[in-house]
Amino acid sequence: MAEIVLDQVTKVFDDGYEAVKQMDLEIADGEFMILVGPSGCGKSTALRMIAGLEDISSGELRIGGEEVNDRSPKDRDIAMVFQNYALYPHMTVRENMGFALSLAGVDKEEINRKVEDAARTLDLTQHLDRRPANLSGGQRQRVAMGRAIVREPKAFLMDEPLSNLDAKLRVQMRTEVARLQSDLETTTVYVTHDQTEAMTLGDRVAVMRAGVLQQVGAPAELYDQPRNLFVAGFIGSPAMNFMPGEISGGKLRIPIGEVEAPQGAGREGKVIAGIRPENFEDAEIVGDLTQERGITFEAEIDLVESLGSDLYAYFHVESEGIQSDQLADLVGERLDETGAAGMREGEEQIVARLEPTSKVRRREKAQLWADTAKLHLFDPESGERLGEKTAASAEAG
Amino acid sequence: MKRGSRDYVLWSIGIVVVLAFALIPVIWLISISLKPPNEITDQRFIPASVSFDNYKSLFEGGIDDSPFLKPLINSIAIALITTVVAITLASFTAYAIARLEFPGKRLILAGALAIAMFPPISTVGPLFDMWRALGIYDTYLGLIIPYLTFALPLAIYVLVAFFREIPWDLEQAAQVDGATPWQAFRKVILPLAAPGVFTAAILVFIFCWNDFVFAISLTSSDASRTVPAALAFFTGESTFTAPTGSIAAAAVVVTIPIIVFVLIFQRRIVSGLTAGAVKG
Amino acid sequence: MEASTANTPTHASSRTRSERKLAWMLCAPAVIAMLAVTAYPIGYAFVLSVQKLDLRFPEQTGFVGLDNYGTVLGSELWWTDLFNTFLIMVISVAVELVLGMVIALVMHRAIFGRGTVRTVVLIPYGIITVVAAFAWQFAFASDSGFVNNLIGSEMDWFGGHVSSLVVIILAEIWKTTPFMALLLLAGLVTIDEGLYEAAKVDGASAWQRFWKITLPLMKPAILVAVLFRTLEAFRVFDSIFIMTRGAQNTESVSILGFNQLINRLNLGVGSAISVLAFLIVVGIAFLFVKGLGARLDEGRPGG
Repeated sequence: MAEIVLDQVTKVFDDGYEAVKQMDLEIADGEFMILVGPSGCGKSTALRMIAGLEDISSGELRIGGEEVNDRSPKDRDIAMVFQNYALYPHMTVRENMGFALSLAGVDKEEINRKVEDAARTLDLTQHLDRRPANLSGGQRQRVAMGRAIVREPKAFLMDEPLSNLDAKLRVQMRTEVARLQSDLETTTVYVTHDQTEAMTLGDRVAVMRAGVLQQVGAPAELYDQPRNLFVAGFIGSPAMNFMPGEISGGKLRIPIGEVEAPQGAGREGKVIAGIRPENFEDAEIVGDLTQERGITFEAEIDLVESLGSDLYAYFHVESEGIQSDQLADLVGERLDETGAAGMREGEEQIVARLEPTSKVRRREKAQLWADTAKLHLFDPESGERLGEKTAASAEAG
Repeated sequence: MKRGSRDYVLWSIGIVVVLAFALIPVIWLISISLKPPNEITDQRFIPASVSFDNYKSLFEGGIDDSPFLKPLINSIAIALITTVVAITLASFTAYAIARLEFPGKRLILAGALAIAMFPPISTVGPLFDMWRALGIYDTYLGLIIPYLTFALPLAIYVLVAFFREIPWDLEQAAQVDGATPWQAFRKVILPLAAPGVFTAAILVFIFCWNDFVFAISLTSSDASRTVPAALAFFTGESTFTAPTGSIAAAAVVVTIPIIVFVLIFQRRIVSGLTAGAVKG
Repeated sequence: MEASTANTPTHASSRTRSERKLAWMLCAPAVIAMLAVTAYPIGYAFVLSVQKLDLRFPEQTGFVGLDNYGTVLGSELWWTDLFNTFLIMVISVAVELVLGMVIALVMHRAIFGRGTVRTVVLIPYGIITVVAAFAWQFAFASDSGFVNNLIGSEMDWFGGHVSSLVVIILAEIWKTTPFMALLLLAGLVTIDEGLYEAAKVDGASAWQRFWKITLPLMKPAILVAVLFRTLEAFRVFDSIFIMTRGAQNTESVSILGFNQLINRLNLGVGSAISVLAFLIVVGIAFLFVKGLGARLDEGRPGG
């Protein structure tokens, strides 16, 4: 069996920096677990601890039920795919892939057989006798995977293996990786900073921030029931919109309108409301029946991006500047995605994803509709999500 | 962790061995130089008693009679002059090679390499003859010229390596910001080039300081004889005693500054010798 | 690598032309200085070598064709000295390679004290060769040096051929190993750390990592380092001069040349030796570049 268990695993570097803080994670045998988070969140460090390339400061790491804290990498029976592939430049593809086996003393015929099998799976057969320098990025990436597959290890550890590929290739390779893992049924731990990769590849996804595990769950779970502001804002692209809100007298007031306060929201007072771009729509397109729930409001559109399949409309609402360090962490990510900047103080930019047939235009007022059934509420101090999802939600959690 | 302390011990042993390797001859020389004349041959590594007689005898007689003072001055002067000239010429060349496009770049670099590999002995004969004919035998110039020739490849290589690292676009950026070409060069490029130039200068100086073949072939008197050559002609207290003590003292005098130098500029020297590969 | 000028149009723009002119002007002084003292003297040495020119008997000067070469190549002393030179060369470079590799690894990997090691290791580099030679000579002096005291012997090191060579080789190794170590270090730092991690995960022990990753990837650096050191070792002069003046049959080619040229003032024969030395150096370099594939693009000049 090759389940991997991290039990209160902590990593403190020599200069006192705590990269991973008491992480508890159980990865089942054959599971595809993704570790995702912004740079510096500790995901790579966690992976390297599993590999044995970093010492574990405290806590226990178990592979297949055995404690392996002090075991060297080669005794853990794991294979790793590095971000920059780390292919041996002076060896051919065949030699690269067979290196570990030759070190283990496996006999030559067996090595050749295994290497050729893996090469066939990865479509590398015609490159076996070439050197890495003569291969394209995608081919090198497959060699790196081949090197791992050949060893038939207990687990694959992958450290952002696709980030050095161009966008198109990345999408292509993503499906390759998924197919491979499901064929081989090997436990896989995969690190990435790209939440799309995380959502599409993983059986379960673990979101990390500043060394602390935020939430672990299936992609849908993270999407529908994010535990806090960070997870809510990190998962989903474009990211969730946040705006200040206040609950009083059983009603929730947010900049775009007012609704019944959802059940389980708990208490009165200030909250942060989150709503995903996909939960907006052009009011003229939405049917009357639907408009009975949710909020219809008017907004002046700042910017329209038309992608053909979707239309993104940007507008802003008043806010006293929502403060939260979780949101601060997300800002960098958001600017990357939405690309819009230039907000003034006291304003919050909202992005809405509309049907491409919408007629909204820049600098014109438009009637928009927000599906408040999909609203999430968060405590402004702790960032934790309040209660269950809002009332009138039909989906199961 | 157990693994940690065992590594620590092994590394410490390794480092101590390397230190001993490098320092034993130096300490030995210091030790001899501090021995009083009657104990010089006592075979001890550490002196039994300390005396500065050997050092005194070096400087006795002032500039004319001391066997050491004039050569020391010669060494310093020749090395300095050569360094200044070599660095200037090499800087121009290195600038051209690192910055400009022109045919012959590779040829110059290859040629410089070839020259650096020359056995000096192959040029000593002709130079001896030529210098005597030109009247510059036993003069500063007679040594500076061959030193230049053999120091230039060294300087060029080091400077090219450093100059290649300079982001030349900055010069254009400065000009866009309103600087004249000269100002851009002076305020932006020069400061960036300075470390490399300094490193090259150090290496050239050490090279000149160290030469023996030319010094001993192209000089015949204290007029331009440098320290290495002079050391070979030291005489002892009498024609029967070996000048061990004074040689050791002289050796220490020329070595301590170099050691201090190396200590202070270790990073630069390592970086220069590895043509920038090792940045310290 | 620099862009070749094969792509420039036949009618080079005036900008390119003025750039080229500037470049040549900038390089000219250095090039002239280098050629003046090498190309010309070598040519002159060729000329001298085919003459009978003994400055002690200037009236006997005259063209003698290859007679001088005959004298040299027919002399037993030449062959002994050549053998000595090669012996010193091969042994010192071999030992330096191993020692230098060890020191380079220490400089690269030491968990602490890296700066100290690098500094201290530069001391042999900074010390004047003559000074070092004296230090070794004094150390091995049979009745006043500490070595005999240390090992409890009364051996007259400089009284015999082999023992003298041992000390000379020791002195050479001491002086130049640091430079070799630095050249090797330059090669070491180019190896991507990730490769070692991948190898660890693949199951390689430290020794295996050294043999299968470090050494193969360092081959170019090792070749260049060995080439440079070999050519330098061929020139061995200072240590021998100081320690034995060449006695006990410890002369090298350079010492031989020096004796003929400067001591005996026999410029004809001396020049023949000079030219032969030059040809041997060229031959060695050729061997390394063509035969072993040493790549000098990123080469380093001698120390």
